[in-house]
Amino acid sequence: MSSSRNNDPFWWSFFGAGGVFSSFFIPIHVLLLGIALPLAWWTVEPETLLELVRHPLARIYLFMLISLTLFHAAHRIRFTLHDLLLAKQIDTPAAYLCYTGAIVGTVVTLVTVWTL
Amino acid sequence: MDKTIKIQVRRYLPEKQPDPFWQEYEVPLEPKWGVLDALIYIKDHLDGSLSYRWSCHMGVCGSCGMMVNGEPALTCATFLEEYQPGPIRIEPLANFKVLRDLIIDTDDFMGKLKSVKPWLITDEKRDITDGENRQTPAELKAFKQYTLCINCMLCYSACPVVGLNEDFVGPAAIALAQRYNYDNRDSGNAARHDTLLAHGGAFDCTLIGECSRACPKHVDPTGAIQRYKADGAMEYWKRLIWPKAATAPKNDGIVKQID
Ligand code: SF4
Ligand code: FES
Repeated sequence: MSSSRNNDPFWWSFFGAGGVFSSFFIPIHVLLLGIALPLAWWTVEPETLLELVRHPLARIYLFMLISLTLFHAAHRIRFTLHDLLLAKQIDTPAAYLCYTGAIVGTVVTLVTVWTL
Repeated sequence: MDKTIKIQVRRYLPEKQPDPFWQEYEVPLEPKWGVLDALIYIKDHLDGSLSYRWSCHMGVCGSCGMMVNGEPALTCATFLEEYQPGPIRIEPLANFKVLRDLIIDTDDFMGKLKSVKPWLITDEKRDITDGENRQTPAELKAFKQYTLCINCMLCYSACPVVGLNEDFVGPAAIALAQRYNYDNRDSGNAARHDTLLAHGGAFDCTLIGECSRACPKHVDPTGAIQRYKADGAMEYWKRLIWPKAATAPKNDGIVKQID
């Protein structure tokens, strides 16, 4: 076994947090914005919605929801590539690619929710 | 012989020929015969050169694990009748080095078990006069499931990560580590974290879940690994942010002294 520090627990923490966060909240968003709104079970003015997401707590919430979900997805995609392609060599490049994607996504999310 | 069934065995006789080959036998299809009984019949009546391991014939020793039609199974607990009309293909456990016929090399597995320090580690000085170290039923329940492992290695054969990554310590070893980590008499978590947090430790698991499907004793190694990941991630952050709060390593317990 290699002696260098293993960073997987670090990434796993975000994966775990993202899993809990997204499995709890994403269905609510899908229900409200993806089903209820188009089917007109519920109506809301876009301005009202914009006002809502501009609330500081809503900004923090959105940032955490999107960023953690990205990290969750990154970790899962990395492992799926490893398992599907049955290749250990793919793991390091896949890790760099997936986590870089999540980090870039996090920065974009930060800027977006900040400037909304 | 009334009814028979064909058994195809993957043989490997390194002193005779370098490559494994298939050999077919026909055995009686007796009701209640296990795949192991068929192998015993072959060895006793058809071909004495066939090698395989077994001992208890009742699903407790864990030595008769083989691939039966591509799935890891305890051959004493797998019945011929379920495979009618046959043939049944028997191979040594996948993901292991084969020594001969159906016999695999267990050294790597044994080393992995030992690497998680599966014994009680404690600083508490106890004397014979202190009597038994009693536990409540609830304290026993916290780890009892993980004591049920019979070291049959079926989970290692079922796990694709074990197949890809020879450093991975593997399902049974992590379940065994948890057997001690959740034992209230033990305080050796820190020493086990060193192995389980490192490369090749629990975080190499990609959560496929085949180990729990294969396990004949319902140990649920997948669950043990997931629980460890949560505990191990906490420990990782403690060590990173506030090393003093991290679990202090204890001595390695009696076994080290015997070593
Ligand atoms: S965890 Fe289950 S499958 Fe794995 S070695 Fe133990 S008893 Fe066998
Ligand atoms: S012979 Fe002991 S478990 Fe099968």
